[in-house]
Parts: sequence; C-alpha cells; structure tokens
Amino acid sequence: MKKVAIVGYAQHPILENAGALNEVELIMPVVHQLFDELGISQNNIDFTCSGSCDYLQGAAFAFVEGLSAIQTNPPIKESHVEMDAAWAMYESMLKIQMGDADTALIYGFGKSSPGRLDSIISLQMDPYYISPLWPDRVSLAAIQARVLLEKNIITPEQMITAVIEARTNSKNNKNALVTELVDKEAYLASEKISSPLNEFDCPPISDGSSAMIIASEEKAYDFTDQPIFIEGIDHRIESSNIGSRDLSKPSGILASIEHLKLEKTKFDVAELHTQFSHEVPYLQSVLKLSDVPTNLSGGPLVGNVMMCAGLDAIGKTYESLKSNDLINGLAHASSGPCLQHNMLVHLEKKS
Amino acid sequence: MSEEEKKDYAESPINLEYHYTAGSATTRFLNQVKEGKIVGQSCPKCSAVYVPPRGSCPRCGVATNIEVPLTDKGCIESFTIVHIPIPGNPIVPPYVCAMIRLDGANISFLHLIQGIDVEEIRIGMRIQAVWKPKDEWTHSLENIKWFAPIDEPDVDVATLRFQES
Repeated sequence: MKKVAIVGYAQHPILENAGALNEVELIMPVVHQLFDELGISQNNIDFTCSGSCDYLQGAAFAFVEGLSAIQTNPPIKESHVEMDAAWAMYESMLKIQMGDADTALIYGFGKSSPGRLDSIISLQMDPYYISPLWPDRVSLAAIQARVLLEKNIITPEQMITAVIEARTNSKNNKNALVTELVDKEAYLASEKISSPLNEFDCPPISDGSSAMIIASEEKAYDFTDQPIFIEGIDHRIESSNIGSRDLSKPSGILASIEHLKLEKTKFDVAELHTQFSHEVPYLQSVLKLSDVPTNLSGGPLVGNVMMCAGLDAIGKTYESLKSNDLINGLAHASSGPCLQHNMLVHLEKKS
Repeated sequence: MSEEEKKDYAESPINLEYHYTAGSATTRFLNQVKEGKIVGQSCPKCSAVYVPPRGSCPRCGVATNIEVPLTDKGCIESFTIVHIPIPGNPIVPPYVCAMIRLDGANISFLHLIQGIDVEEIRIGMRIQAVWKPKDEWTHSLENIKWFAPIDEPDVDVATLRFQES
C-alpha cells in the first residue's frame, strides 16, 4: 500500500447558529486558512472530495453549491460523499492508492441549526420501505445506552465522567462550542431527554466546517516537514436493521481492529467520534484505551458538526501528534444510528 | 371496504421545515433589491461580476467582496417559450422565460419577458426591468414584474462569452 500522510487540517469555530452565513461562506475560510498555512493553492491539489448531507440544507444536490467555495478553474477532479467527511478522506485515500492523485483536499460542512436535526437524521438514516418510522437519533442512542448499562459493559458513573471530562477538555479546543464546566450535581439534577440520556449526555446542535489535505509520501514533504502518516484505515458497516444487531457487540469495529492489527499497538492519544456520553466508555473498552488520553479536544460532546465531526476526530488526532511528543494516534469516525458504521484510522508520526 | 375502495398503496406525506438563510452576500444584495437597486458583486481575482451574488466566485473560490451597482437594463442571453400551463401559475401561456444578462454582469438570471409577441423574441434583444409599484417592494427579484424590450440595437452574442481578464 502506498504511504499517505495528512499534511494539514483546519476547522471553523463551531457555532450554535451560523445565522446568515451560508454553507459556502462557512467552507471558504477554512479552505483558505489551510492553503495559506501551507503556502499552496487549489492548483496543488489533484483531487477534491467533500462530505455533507443534502437533508441538512433541505435541497436536492445542495452539496454542488458547496463547490462554489473552491477554485474550479482550471477544471478540477472532484467527488462527494453523502456522509461524514471522514469517508471523503477514505475516498481520497483510495484515489491516491489507485495512482489517480498524489494530493487531495477534503472538506466537510454542515448546519444543523436551520431544521429539526432529529427528523433530518431520521430521514437520512431510516431504512424504511413504505413510510418513515421517524426514530429520532437520541432515542436510538438511548436504546444502546440502556443495553450497555444493563449488561454492565458501562456504568452510569462512566457516563458522568465522560461528560465532565469532555467539558474540562474543551479548554484545549479553541473551536469548541460548549465550554461551560459541569459537575456531578448539575448532571444528576438534569432531566432525562430519553432515558438514560439527559441533555449533558447528548451533543450540542452545531454549525461549521472543516478541511484537510492529504498527500502521498513523495509529495507530503513538499507541504510540510512533519507529515503525519496514515498507517492504517478501515471501515465496516453493520446491518441497517437495528433489530438484527446486538447493540452490545461491536462486530464491525472488532473486525477493523483485527484487519489493522491494532491489538498490540500502544496508542499515545485517541479521538473518538462519540456523540453520546455512553459511547465514550463503551468504545474505550472495545478499543482498549483505558490508559490512553482520549478526546483531549472534548470530542463531539462539546461541538458536533454533522458530516464533519468524524473528520474532526482525525484532524484533532493529527494536531495532537503534530504538536506533542507523541507517536501513535487512533481516530474513530462513525455514521448511522447506535454506532452502526465505524472507521478506524491509525496515525503515526515518523521520527 | 368495497372492491372499489381497496388500495394497493398507502399515502404517507412527509415534510421537513427549515429556517432558510440566503447567506451574508445574498443578504446584502436583497437589501438593495428592497430599495429598487441591483448591486452585483465582483471577484477580486478574475473581476467577473455576479448578479445575483451567492457569496463566492465559483471559478476562483474566493469571496465576492466588491459591490458593483448595475442598471436594470440588459439583454436576452437565452429564452424558452412556455406553452404548457402550470397549475396555480396566474400567467397565461404562451409566455417567455429568459436568461437575463444585465449590462456589466458576467452571469444571467431567470426572469419573465412581456410586452412583445413571443414569436419576436430573440437572443441578444435589449430589455429593461418593469418594476412593481414601490410600496410592493420586498427582499425579492419579484419586485421586477418582468423585463420588456427597449428600442436599442441587439447585442452581438459573441460579446456575451466570458472574457479572461
């Protein structure tokens, strides 16, 4: 496999409501920031790939409008995934493996503020045959939380810890949306939204965008003297029929761990696309991260831009390795209800 | 249930509601339209003038941050004669939808042409906006009722092509 590295990442400050800023106006600043930091332009990019969800904008082919944020003359090679931009990175990775590109720009964007996110995500994800069943994302997550609690795979204490730590870690993240600290009393006093989840267990409605540039090993050093290499990347999806899944058995993630031979890797840092508090201890246990600093950025609980938060987990892992004396990082991206679809990315800094 | 009433399908209408925002660039444009002015925006790199502006130059990928006041005169870049009535549309066919290229703009937008027999309409024809009464103006290009021909020579179609600056 060709060696590919991340050479740059930029994130728009996460907003509760971007208001009059449209998607193009959210994307342009992060792409320009990235280009300016690396001293390059779109002319240095072989392949451009974006991740977004048309349901968020409420218009068919809305993602095409996003391209207006990118220089498209002379004509560019580009693609799009109707998914988190982590999968746009995966597609870019394939493009480089196939020899069709040496450099790729990836961007993700999403505004959750204009509509009702529960209904929107339901329509995108509900595999209905006749009529939508409208299960909302929080209730679905709550079902998995309940299963994990009843099987003693996680404890309520761990969920509280995940919330408190996310808020504490938000100070490391200049783009975090929610930075107010929470203590155990406030947590316990909070009303349940969908038992066992209360508002602190759920991610905030967020607007924003992110961009990343990856490059083959030969080109990576043209951009930076410290590229962070993608040592392994794998994604697996489980059944779209929730009733046929055992929500306490992460078969897809376990397959990825085996495929990437991660059992013995000692990670220095991890960023997980954990949108709900119970997912943090659950994935920490699945991925054996109990001693590994996890979600130092605060993770999705302090800012959860739909279609970006997975790419952000990869980007934050990249930033941690880049700016600290760390070697191995693990990033996780997720899609679908109850951690249905998961991607693991093993990042490594070469000394 | 009688035989006639049996259905082999179920209706299940669904809808989502959104608070749509035009974007900050289009907002600036619409605020001017409310005052009866058409103000395009130009690209700081290639100088192309966009009306209505969407906030970026899709050729260069940069914000169109230069305001360019335009007149309400222009020409027909392309058109179609509509013969089929659309339910709920008060306009009686045949009528003409045209791509209007305002003077000084590099892109066109869709609007109606009236005040001329549809068979006489042609590409390059000079036209001008016919505005609604001022007290009906809102944040919409519907402030212009339609465009009507004016007595000026046709524009050479070749000049409508984008010129690299």
